[in-house]
Amino acid sequence: MDRVPILKIGTTLFVSIQIDLQDESVVRLQEDLADELAATGARGVIIDITAVEIVDSFIGRMLAMIGSISRLFDAETVLVGMRPAVAITLTELGLSLRGVRTALNAEKGLELLNGRA
Amino acid sequence: MDELPIRTGDDVVRVRQQVRVVAAKTGLSLVDQTKVVTAASELARNALVHGGGGLARVEVVTSALGKSGVRIGFTDEGPGIADVDLALTDGWSSGVGLGLGLSGARRLVDEFELTSKPGTGTSVVVVKWSR
Repeated sequence: MDRVPILKIGTTLFVSIQIDLQDESVVRLQEDLADELAATGARGVIIDITAVEIVDSFIGRMLAMIGSISRLFDAETVLVGMRPAVAITLTELGLSLRGVRTALNAEKGLELLNGRA
Repeated sequence: MDELPIRTGDDVVRVRQQVRVVAAKTGLSLVDQTKVVTAASELARNALVHGGGGLARVEVVTSALGKSGVRIGFTDEGPGIADVDLALTDGWSSGVGLGLGLSGARRLVDEFELTSKPGTGTSVVVVKWSR
């Protein structure tokens, strides 16, 4: 199973998903992020899904849960870089990703976290 | 026709990759490729989680009108589904998940055929046509 690395820059945790996600990898990412949030006191999480070709109901639910978990650590999650085809498919699938904020790209996501958007 | 076993989470990823390759070769648009790969991901996971593993068959098909498409068949020898209509309802779940997998997969494809009986496993065949 491949693991997704987490980078800490200032008070933000950056995650860029560059692998074909299997279920175990997403569950592991959720656990790793919770550990990092607890250890670092980070205030924001940016998840970059530019390279992610599909988000199905399981992956979508896990991403939404990461948003909920972050909030318990007083941190906000922003999902950035969603491909247009993924957005269309997610909507038709019936997944709304409530609880997770989104931004066009990592830069805009960071602005959102810093309250400048 | 490609036959792929579904025994692990890695196998689910391999099914997605193979469906992507065949769908692209068939000439499906990027959005339609994404839809059929997402549907395949849901159905492969179902075969793994609920069916205890199974098999995916991916092939190119041609319609009577000369359109090409990708057809994927999933079979498992799991416990089967007692009430197929109920299982295809949005939000109905066997306990894990949101209950969008099966109903969502049906919305993402052009043809969807589910055959199941308790004790005999489940078969799902889906087709996505190029436009």
